[in-house]
Amino acid sequence: MTELIQHVIDALSLGSLYALLALGIALIFGIMNLINFAYGELIMIGAFTLYLGRDLPWPLQLALCVVVVIIASLLMDRLAFRPFRGATGPVLLVTSFALSFALQSLATVIFGSRAKGIALPSWFAESITIGSVSFSSLNLITVVLVVVLLGGLATFLRRTTVGVQMRAAAENFTTARLVGVKADRVIAVAFVLSGFSAAVAAILIVAQRGTVTPTVGVSPVLIAFVATIIGGLGSLYGAAFGGLLLGALTVLLQVVLPEGLAPYREVFLYAGVIVVLLVRPQGLVVVKALFERV
Amino acid sequence: MLELDHVTIGYGKTTAVEGLSLQVAEGEAVSLVGPNGAGKTTTLSAVVGLLRPRSGSIRFEGREIAGEAPERLVRSGLALVPEGRQIFSTLTVGENLRLPLAARPKAEAGPALERELERFPALAERLDDPAGGLSGGQQQQLAIARALLCRPRLLLLDEPSLGLAPLLVDAVFETLAGLKAEGVTVLLVEQNAVRAVEFADRSYVINAGRAVLSGAREEMREKEKLAASYLGSAVAMADAAEEEAEAGAGSGGGAGA
Repeated sequence: MTELIQHVIDALSLGSLYALLALGIALIFGIMNLINFAYGELIMIGAFTLYLGRDLPWPLQLALCVVVVIIASLLMDRLAFRPFRGATGPVLLVTSFALSFALQSLATVIFGSRAKGIALPSWFAESITIGSVSFSSLNLITVVLVVVLLGGLATFLRRTTVGVQMRAAAENFTTARLVGVKADRVIAVAFVLSGFSAAVAAILIVAQRGTVTPTVGVSPVLIAFVATIIGGLGSLYGAAFGGLLLGALTVLLQVVLPEGLAPYREVFLYAGVIVVLLVRPQGLVVVKALFERV
Repeated sequence: MLELDHVTIGYGKTTAVEGLSLQVAEGEAVSLVGPNGAGKTTTLSAVVGLLRPRSGSIRFEGREIAGEAPERLVRSGLALVPEGRQIFSTLTVGENLRLPLAARPKAEAGPALERELERFPALAERLDDPAGGLSGGQQQQLAIARALLCRPRLLLLDEPSLGLAPLLVDAVFETLAGLKAEGVTVLLVEQNAVRAVEFADRSYVINAGRAVLSGAREEMREKEKLAASYLGSAVAMADAAEEEAEAGAGSGGGAGA
């Protein structure tokens, strides 16, 4: 029983992180039809900001990370994507790949490719014991943070004017412009939110690993991409659900696979993803496309 | 108010509209009719800024607007009711209606919304429901109300009767007649040529991207036979016109089928 609770906590924590990553991708995709692979480099920028700010008091260090990543995200849109507004999907996709590689290379030139160690505040890694179950405070922080962020995002999208404009733009970008929704502004807000999620992800990932490398964002962005796809592209709730599911499956495989196979859990995981997509190519959550009614 | 002067619009290698000229004067209702693929929607798309014409000029209230962004044009008084209604089905009816009001002060927005809800009482009852759940006719009402809340000086409508049952088509044209009586300037694109020509003060018939005919309502009635010789599908239009004449006034219910 204790062991089961332990695994559920692990699954929730990993799933929450994956959900956060998936949201960062889905927010941009919903509005621009762009899968921004340079999202991983936003995480990388966040991680190096934490590294550079390692001597600052921790609240300042974390705040700096959030601010820098949001600015980087906005600049990304402004300098790399805005010149290609109206271009086809493949053009934007290639742009995002190019940006991703360029930023990784730049980081390698500046910081070198060796891992840099940073320690985040000790309370991130404290062990909490309730009854016979013990887990790290990072697990708890991750779950709580992501639940709060999701709730905040949902409220923002329902209650604010910009939020409603974003939902309209996500459903039909052209028509949204026809009723006066400013395209560049809505896209900028999406990049701010995506940047915010990248910053929080960077903090959680660095806290977990304790090191930073120029390629720190590569595997998170892949996970986010896969989670978004299985959740159903274009739906924020789907993306979050996809992330949660992917995290849970990862932990499940870790537990049930015999010891010899455990190192290959990704093989099983992604084989599972392929099966899901073969059965439901539209993803698990389909945006309620309500057909024209007469 | 709106002037298109030798406008040519194309996608890639194909030319959808070639050398089209048309005018809409303030307070006028003008229709643009023609068969499927004639370039009607393309023309409207260029007027509202979704497409940049290859050549020619588009002037609105004397100002050149070709290639300007749609979200700017809507602020300067051009609103489109797009083909297929294009309501935001995942948003509530109320959210759909408040989108165009975002730029206006609250004191103005409230009464403006009230006015449209009076015009379309069916929408008032369903403000908090997802717009995707509305019937086709209500969705069209929502699309028109949404465009009117943009405070247009020129209202453009793209096939507002498409896909609607005959009774609902009547309702749409009644709404349009009401707007016209209020003095709203209208440019209407329709495949239902007979209804459109009867509604409009003046009409243009286009085919294969060129204007083939134009004239005031009375002239157009006389030219209908001529139009038929230009447009294969307009034969049907002439036939429908005769049928409707035979059926007489007041029994429009089954005519559209």
